[in-house]
Amino acid sequence: MSEPVQNSPVHEFTAEPLQWSPYLKPVRLEEATPEQLDAMKVTPSNKKVSEYVLTLAHDPESLAVRSPLFNAIMYGRDGLSRAERELGAVGASIVNRCVYCASVHAAQFNRLTERTDVIARIFADGPAAELEEHQQAIFDFAVKLSETPPAVTREDAAALRDCGLSALEMADLVLSAAIFGWANRLMHTLGEPLRPPAKPVA
Amino acid sequence: MQTDIIQGLASIAAGSPLAEALKARAEIMRLSDASHDAVLLPKAPGGLSHAMRAALATRMALWLGDDALAAHYQTLLAKTGAAAGELAVTVAATEATPTQPRLAAIVRHIDLLTREPRAATRADIEALEAAGLDEADIVRLSELAAFVNYQARVIAGFRSLQGVM
Repeated sequence: MSEPVQNSPVHEFTAEPLQWSPYLKPVRLEEATPEQLDAMKVTPSNKKVSEYVLTLAHDPESLAVRSPLFNAIMYGRDGLSRAERELGAVGASIVNRCVYCASVHAAQFNRLTERTDVIARIFADGPAAELEEHQQAIFDFAVKLSETPPAVTREDAAALRDCGLSALEMADLVLSAAIFGWANRLMHTLGEPLRPPAKPVA
Repeated sequence: MQTDIIQGLASIAAGSPLAEALKARAEIMRLSDASHDAVLLPKAPGGLSHAMRAALATRMALWLGDDALAAHYQTLLAKTGAAAGELAVTVAATEATPTQPRLAAIVRHIDLLTREPRAATRADIEALEAAGLDEADIVRLSELAAFVNYQARVIAGFRSLQGVM
């Protein structure tokens, strides 16, 4: 019982901050090629690189284009609200069981909306979670788009329109759920989420 | 102006409400096409040839139920000159799987990432290593699967939106 439990893998959804550990040997920063350094955005003033990015640096051509694409979809101007893009991300991450992605984007949703009950219900009930009408339409659309084959129907799209989403907002939801069809397939399959070791009580 | 791959495959008509909305997302569409080229036609393909990538993408598009996307990748496969070989027969067709161990492991992983990524574990990465793939090829394979799954969902999502606009 006195054995300290450190960095244990996490299999349940949580909005707590997690670490991520690759199954593969990441690129060693000191051995990285100029192309890898460029894809990782390593500059003399920024040498902090995550294990995740160092792992993806094995394929610098993909990494170099996916990073700006991800940022444009999740943090671009106008259109769907930041919080609702995060809800799309969470919907995809639930279907794909990416515990790490779900934790990061659940925490961002909670911060942006200043409430925790929506995520708590999603984590408890999964794809079947029952939410308020507006969030339900967004969540259900993201969930169904994430299945293989994608299961979104005209009715799911009509539910978005009937909630008052504009064409640009609906397009942003498609993009935010879809980019997690990408991110989840990297993060969940190339490594595992770990619970950070508890800080020793001083 | 040239239509991007996604808008073309989703049959988004110029001037339609969705096409107008997507003008504000032109950079995303451009980066999506750049991603397509980075995973299908990379300068450094490593242990995954352009033909193999096109064949695997065709297979994924079929699992994803998207005939137009499958046709796009079949055309790309034909351009590599490998349309009639083993890749076309056992990789680009979901009803068949290759017997050669390295290729079989690759196809198995592509199917897993496409159909049931939630079930993936460390053992699946170890199986690829046992079949002779190095770290770089495993990441390349993962990016290919992840991209095609992204692309198919943007297309499917946009198609569903067009039906209600």
